[in-house]
Formats: sequence, structure tokens, C-alpha cells
Amino acid sequence: MTLDRRSFIKVLGGASGLALAGCATQGGSGAAAPAPAIGKTQEILPKGSARRVVVVGGGYGGAIAAKYVRMLDKSIEVVMVERNRQFISCPFSNFYIAGITKDMNSITIGYDKLAANHGVKMVYAEVTLIDPAAKKVITTEGTLAYDRLIVSPGIDFRSEEIEGYDAKAQEAFPHAWKAGHQSTLLRNQLQAMKDGGTVIISMPLTPYRCPPGPYERSCLIAGYLKKHKPKSKLILLDANPDVVSKKPLFTKAWTTYYKDNFQYVGGKKVTQVNVAGKSVSIEGIEDFKGDVFNVIPPQRAADIAVKSGLVGEDKRWCPVDVVSFESRRHKDVHVIGDAAIAGAMPKSGYSANSQAKVCAINVVNLMNGKPTVDISGINVCYSAVSEHESVSIAAVYTVKDGAIIAVPNSGGISPADFSLTKAEHAYGESWLRNILTEMST
Amino acid sequence: MKFKTSLAGWALVAGCTIAGTAAAAPPTPEMISFACAGCHGTNGGSAGLTMPSLASQSKASIVDAMKKFKSGERPSTVMGRLAKGYNDAEFAAMGEFFSKQKFHPTTQVVDAAKAKKGADLQEANCSRCHLDDGKDGKDDTPVMASQWLEYLKMQAELYDSGKRKMPKDMADKWNKLSKEDREALLHFYASVK
Ligand SMILES: Cc1cc2nc3c(=O)[nH]c(=O)nc-3n(C[C@H](O)[C@H](O)[C@H](O)COP(=O)(O)OP(=O)(O)OC[C@H]3O[C@@H](n4cnc5c(N)ncnc54)[C@H](O)[C@@H]3O)c2cc1C
Ligand code: HEC
Ligand code: HEC
Repeated sequence: MTLDRRSFIKVLGGASGLALAGCATQGGSGAAAPAPAIGKTQEILPKGSARRVVVVGGGYGGAIAAKYVRMLDKSIEVVMVERNRQFISCPFSNFYIAGITKDMNSITIGYDKLAANHGVKMVYAEVTLIDPAAKKVITTEGTLAYDRLIVSPGIDFRSEEIEGYDAKAQEAFPHAWKAGHQSTLLRNQLQAMKDGGTVIISMPLTPYRCPPGPYERSCLIAGYLKKHKPKSKLILLDANPDVVSKKPLFTKAWTTYYKDNFQYVGGKKVTQVNVAGKSVSIEGIEDFKGDVFNVIPPQRAADIAVKSGLVGEDKRWCPVDVVSFESRRHKDVHVIGDAAIAGAMPKSGYSANSQAKVCAINVVNLMNGKPTVDISGINVCYSAVSEHESVSIAAVYTVKDGAIIAVPNSGGISPADFSLTKAEHAYGESWLRNILTEMST
Repeated sequence: MKFKTSLAGWALVAGCTIAGTAAAAPPTPEMISFACAGCHGTNGGSAGLTMPSLASQSKASIVDAMKKFKSGERPSTVMGRLAKGYNDAEFAAMGEFFSKQKFHPTTQVVDAAKAKKGADLQEANCSRCHLDDGKDGKDDTPVMASQWLEYLKMQAELYDSGKRKMPKDMADKWNKLSKEDREALLHFYASVK
């Protein structure tokens, strides 16, 4: 039996002490009251009699959740709110950065076919606040009412943890950890650098979006330098003490293909940038000078999740129920993708895709009064180790004792003898085509 | 702003959300099979040139392939690692799901002359198991019609190198054909809609 939320609040009316005591067992003292929102107050698409799911964010998680809710139950109206008319994929953006692909066409999708094929209603706007009590989202175009909300907003950066890494510095030392303009900045800087220069990539402590991503980038950039700027070198400063993903595979690539122009240094957390002096500082003790800098800052759930009180104790990531992905902060609000805490599942596009389907199935079940279904999920990340070779990590996920775990004795990484790298490169390209087609049609 | 007061009220109980701890049902065929689509395409209809479509494959062919991936009998890049994450009942659920999906026709560039030659060869050599121009398969024989040519070529290489074992009766036919004839057959299958 579920308690009607409105009457629940009424019951508690004024008895805040009681409410807080009730929270103590869950270790939370309630979400912070959201900041006032900037947005238009008139309602867009007033809700008719049909039940409605609103999806925030049309990326790897959101577009799939919107589509699959419609595939599973056409009687549910789905409205997806996304700030951009075109989505540019982070996966494979490293190829563009390293000058292998000449533009971003192959990683850019729109939503017209998704909308037409599945009847997903698109609203292009910025969501400025989620109001879980009134069950509506406030956007720059107006408000939208929902019965259930699915939030997949991705990440934003904890730039404040790197001194000097303000908006201007982010243009000079791009992160390129959201694809688009930032990817172009880094690509252009690499191409403009004179031969003999030093490129520095810095990466944060886990958890961050795409564990193998910085290592893949290091391989592709080192490959670019080797081919086009042979006197140049690349240094990867890892805040983690050691390589956190596919270690044997990246180590092999670094030591066989890039031993002359690449250096990995673990345990170096960048805490300050000096744009004018062209250097980054490691906790004030050590400086690294260079010509091109790619500073990947520490991360957290995207602004909208923080502002709307969806993040947990750590103020960074969103705690969720591992079956339905319903927020542990707000009822009828589900969080998937990079923003969510999803146990053993890494923050990847494939995870977001898989979680979106789990969430869609259970949102539809909950709305139809049916029992929820346990998660069965997958993650596979392909990473290029050179222009024509890729490796992968794979896992199947299940739920055990209330936590998402990888199924024991399954999954793992590609063989370290690189016997399958050519085939996996071809399969990786097909993976991208299929997952982007899933999102856009 | 009106909503602010209601938000403040809600904030008090926000940490107490009670949902989700109720027992959930075990994974359904959809729950298990949707996860495959990130690689194989929605409902198993692939848009990637090297990734096989699974849509409309028979239950037996999916189950057989998964078992062989799991045991290592069939070589793979990634399917072996994934198949180890599932049991026989889950394989059956996948087979159930994909066999019910609509056939996925593809438009791909094939060599018309090769495809024509392949059509005759198929009739004479392969049609005993690859039924109806490859749109259907006997028992655990996979659907070949519209399968991606690049994928079929990669699998043909695995057969030729001996890494992937074929059914004996298929080997009898396959091994008698020239490399050109085998390629013609693949062009034919890829062209069937
Ligand atoms: C260089 C790089 C390489 C990667 N390679 C891989 C890979 O090979 N494989 C893989 O699986 N993963 C990869 N990833 C990780 C992958 O990009 C993310 O895990 C994935 O995008 C997460 O999906 P998401 O839905 O959580 O967020 P996103 O895909 O980022 O989608 C979030 C969407 O929400 C929108 N949004 C956010 N806030 C608002 C708001 N307030 N209002 C309106 N819209 C909003 C954004 O515009 C965006 O479209 C890579 C990442 C990087 C950086
Ligand atoms: C990471 C991408 C990926 C995922 C996820 C994936 N597959 Fe595959 N699949 C492949 C590749 C690549 C092949 C070719 C064999 C190989 O190299 O692993 C393949 C081959 C197959 C085949 C053989 C097809 C044929 O015509 O012989 C079947 C069956 C199959 N997969 C089923 C599944 C099922 C079921 C799932 C979900 C449980 C799944 N796959 C998930 C990539 C994937
Ligand atoms: C006796 C039945 C039989 C005959 C005859 C036969 N096949 Fe097959 N074929 C199968 C079965 C069963 C499989 C899947 C089993 C396996 O290889 O693991 C298969 C698989 C294949 C595959 C791989 C498909 C995939 O999705 O991975 C190709 C290619 C193929 N056959 C081509 C041919 C050609 C060409 C001929 C004729 C020269 C032929 N076969 C004759 C039964 C047969």
C-alpha cells in the first residue's frame, strides 16, 4: 500500500520534528530546499486525461527512456525536455579530437524521427527546476505537469575544486568532457600546436563519466602526435594512484605503440591552473608546464539534479532504488544515467541506455499497478587503442541484497595479446551506429 | 511564487521516500533482451554494418548460439564474456523475445552479379537448412536474409580458419565451393529482403 503523498504532507503538517525523525533511519535529513527558479510560469502542453511521463534530458539515458515507455504503453503520453535540438555524442568524440574524423556529423543526432516514430512530444527548453510536490517541471518555455518524471541530465563539473578553472580558463584549457564546442577547442589547439610541443591531459579521481575515456583519449592523441608531430610528447596526469580501467590493455598500448612520446603519471591531482603561465599545479607542490592542456575536472550530477534536491549526502550523485531507479529523495521522480548511483554499473553511455530500459519497464509497471521487475542490465565500453584498433570491457548486471552487482564469473576485458583488436574496432563502430540509431529513431 | 511553499513542505519528507523496497518479480524476456539492443539495435534490428541482426531468428538458433558462446565452442570477441552472465532459462527468454520480432530488412550495397550467382548456389547447396532464401532456418539454423554482409564475411573467415566449427553437413557443401562461390552466397543472403 502506498500512502497518498498529499495527505501524507497534510498529516505531517507542522510536525516537522516527526518527519525528520522518520528520515534518520535512512541517514538523510531531507533534501535541501531548491533555489528559486528562473522560468516561465504558464503551462505548456496542458495535461489532458492521459497519464504522462516527462523525461528531462535527451541523451544516452533520456532518449531511450522516452522511446521505451512509448514502446511499452502507447496510452502513456511522453514529453521529453532537452535544451539542444541536436545531441552530440561523447562516445567517439575522441576520434574527432585526435583529427581522425574530420567533423562531428557521425556523432550528431536529432530527435525528429524519434518523435515521429514513437509519438514522443519534444520540448526544446532548459529545465530550471523540478517541483516534486506539485509534480511539475519548470522550464524556460513554461511549466509541464507529470505523473512520473525520468531525469537523465548527465554531469556537470566541480570546477571550484581547481583553482582558476573558471569559464575563461575552460576555453583556454578545454575539458572536452561534454562533446561539441569543447571538443572543437581541443582539436584546434592540437592542430595549431607546433611540433616539439607538450600536451598535458589531467583526469580526476573516480567516480567520473566514462572510466576508460581519458585513457582512450591519451592513445588517440599520442597516435596523432606520433603521426603528425613526431617531436612532441603527451603526459597523462591521473589523480588516481593507478590506471582505473582496462589497465593491462592500455598499458600494453602505451608501452608498445607510444613508448617514445607518452608518459603516464599516477597520483597527480591537478588543483590549480595557470593559463597565462601555461602550467597546472599538483596541490601546490609540483607544476607541469605544457603547450596544450586538456583538464578533465572532477564531476557530479548535472546542475538540475543538484538544484532540485535529487543528490544525496555527498551532494554529488543521486541515490536511487535499484529496481525502479526511483529517487530516494523525491517520490515519482526517477534518475538514470551518469547522475545516478547505480552500484557496480559504471557511468557510461551503455549503462545509461540499459538503465533507461529497466526504468521504462518499471515506470510503466508502476503506473499500471503491476509489480516491478528485477534489473537485468549490460555495460560494454569499446575503447580505441589506436586509429584502427579497439578493446572492450563487458559486464552483465543483476540485483543482489538490494544492490546492483556484476554477475560473478562473467564479463571482463578483451584478450591482452591484441588478437581481436581489429575485429573489435569494426564492432565498436557498429555499436555506435546502433546505439545512436536507437536514440534517434 | 506559489509552488515554493509546497516545495518547502515537501523538502521535509523528501528524504523519507519509501518506494521500491517491495519485492520485485524476476526479469522478464523484455527486461533481459532490451539490454542487447544497445549493440544489436532496437528489437534486434541492426543498423551497424558488422553487427548481426537478431530480429526474427528462431528461438533454437539464439539459444544454440548463446550456449556455444558461453562454452567457448563458438569463437567471439565479446559474446562469450556476456553469455557467461546468463543461465539456460535466460537464454530461452532471449530466444523467445527475438524470435517474436519482425524480420529486419536491410538496404546494403551488394554486387548484383555475385548475388545472382549466389542465388543458384544457395538453391543447390544450402537450401536444405537455410530455408526460403535464408529467410528461415531449419532447427537451430540462423536467418541469413538481409544479414549484414560485413558480419557474414567476418564469420566466413572464422569458418575458413577453422576457428568456428560448422555442422558437418554444412561443411560438406561449404568446403567443396571455391572462395568466390562462398562470397557470392554471402552477397546473395545480404540482398534478400
Ligand atoms: C570522451 C568521452 C568518451 C566516452 N566514450 C564512451 C563510450 O565509448 N561508451 C560509453 O558507453 N560511454 C562513453 N562515454 C560516457 C557517456 O558519454 C555518458 O556516460 C553518457 O552520455 C551518459 O548519459 P546521460 O543520459 O546520463 O547523460 P548525457 O548523455 O550527457 O545526456 C544528458 C542530456 O540532458 C540534457 N540536459 C541536462 N540538463 C538539462 C536541463 N536542465 N534542461 C534540459 N536539458 C538538460 C543535456 O543537454 C544532454 O543532452 C564517454 C564520455 C566521454 C566524455
Ligand atoms: C557489446 C555489443 C554486444 C552486446 C551488448 C550483445 N551482443 Fe550479441 N553480438 C555482438 C557481436 C560483436 C557478435 C559477433 C560475435 C562476437 O564477436 O562476439 C554478436 C553475435 C551474437 C549472436 C550470433 C548471431 C548470429 O547470427 O549468429 C547472437 C545470437 C547474439 N549476439 C545475441 C545477443 C544477445 C541475446 C545479447 C543480449 C543478452 C547480446 N547479443 C548482446 C555484440 C553484442
Ligand atoms: C545441414 C544444415 C546446413 C547446411 C546444408 C548449410 N548450413 Fe549454414 N548453418 C547451419 C547452422 C546450423 C548454422 C549455425 C550453427 C553454427 O555454425 O554454429 C549455420 C550457419 C551459417 C553461417 C553463419 C551465420 C551467422 O549468422 O553467423 C553461414 C555464413 C552459413 N551457415 C553459410 C552456409 C552456406 C553458404 C551453405 C551452403 C554452402 C550452408 N551454410 C549450408 C546449417 C547449415
